[in-house]
Amino acid sequence: MIEISLGHYLVLGAVIFSLGMIGIFLNRKNVIVILMSIELILLAVNINLVSFSIFLQDIVGQVFTMLILTVAAAEAAIGLAIIVVYYRNKGSIRVEEINQMKG
Amino acid sequence: MIAHAIFFYFFSIIAILSAIMVVVSRNTVHAVFFLILDFVSIGCLFIMVGAEFLGMMMLIVYVGAVAVLFLFVVMIMNVSEQKLSWLRGSKKSNHIPVGLVISFVILLELIVVVGGWKYKSSFLNTRSLNFDGGLTNTHQLGNVMYTEYIHLFQISGIILLLSMIGAIVLTYRKREGVKRQNYFTQISREPEDAVKLVDVNFKEGVKLDD
Repeated sequence: MIEISLGHYLVLGAVIFSLGMIGIFLNRKNVIVILMSIELILLAVNINLVSFSIFLQDIVGQVFTMLILTVAAAEAAIGLAIIVVYYRNKGSIRVEEINQMKG
Repeated sequence: MIAHAIFFYFFSIIAILSAIMVVVSRNTVHAVFFLILDFVSIGCLFIMVGAEFLGMMMLIVYVGAVAVLFLFVVMIMNVSEQKLSWLRGSKKSNHIPVGLVISFVILLELIVVVGGWKYKSSFLNTRSLNFDGGLTNTHQLGNVMYTEYIHLFQISGIILLLSMIGAIVLTYRKREGVKRQNYFTQISREPEDAVKLVDVNFKEGVKLDD
């Protein structure tokens, strides 16, 4: 309990990952919160990679964390651009009202 | 060691609580603020555990760029306040209990798997070649990233360039009634198009704009 091990960090990553997934499942408000939940999930993956990298003493995990950081930033920019275009066309980004493709 | 435990629990509890608030918060602007709090506390955890460069990168990239981008979009679209309760949903969508159950099952599975994570003791004592304890974290990271992983580094740069171009192409639109400078028409303008020579008769003058 006092000795912080690798498992503590992995459990923290698992909890944040699940919270992000709950956010995707339960969200009824708008798509932006879904994008934020995706950011939470990527953050959980980053926690896992960094904690493995530190506790196994291999720096490569942090290199991959940098790459995930890059991809997360790019994904946020593209997703927000898509949301802006959708809002400009439809006037709403409520999740329930996005049903144009009948999926 | 006890300080490590205290700070770990402090920052991780803040991170988990703010992640919950991101999901359940009624106001989207508040959700973005809690997302920033989450990023900051995870960045503090990274700095505490020894990955200083990534902790600072977390602050710069996530808090400085991504969260501010979210905040911009939320504020320009006027979608911050939503009256609908997040748990109730509408009549025809009843997937919320299923989603909750699946999320909790995945959480339990992850905790069962990673909570009991054990390595062979011989594997734990090995130390990778690229982990030099005498160097700083940033130095080690640069040693590896610019030599072995240079191609991945360049590909990530290309990904950033693509996302920039994609965002610009998606949100660009031509407005009506806005005068713009067009270099091609400016340069390709000939004297015959622009200048009209008129023979002016005596005492009649020139009639303009006919």
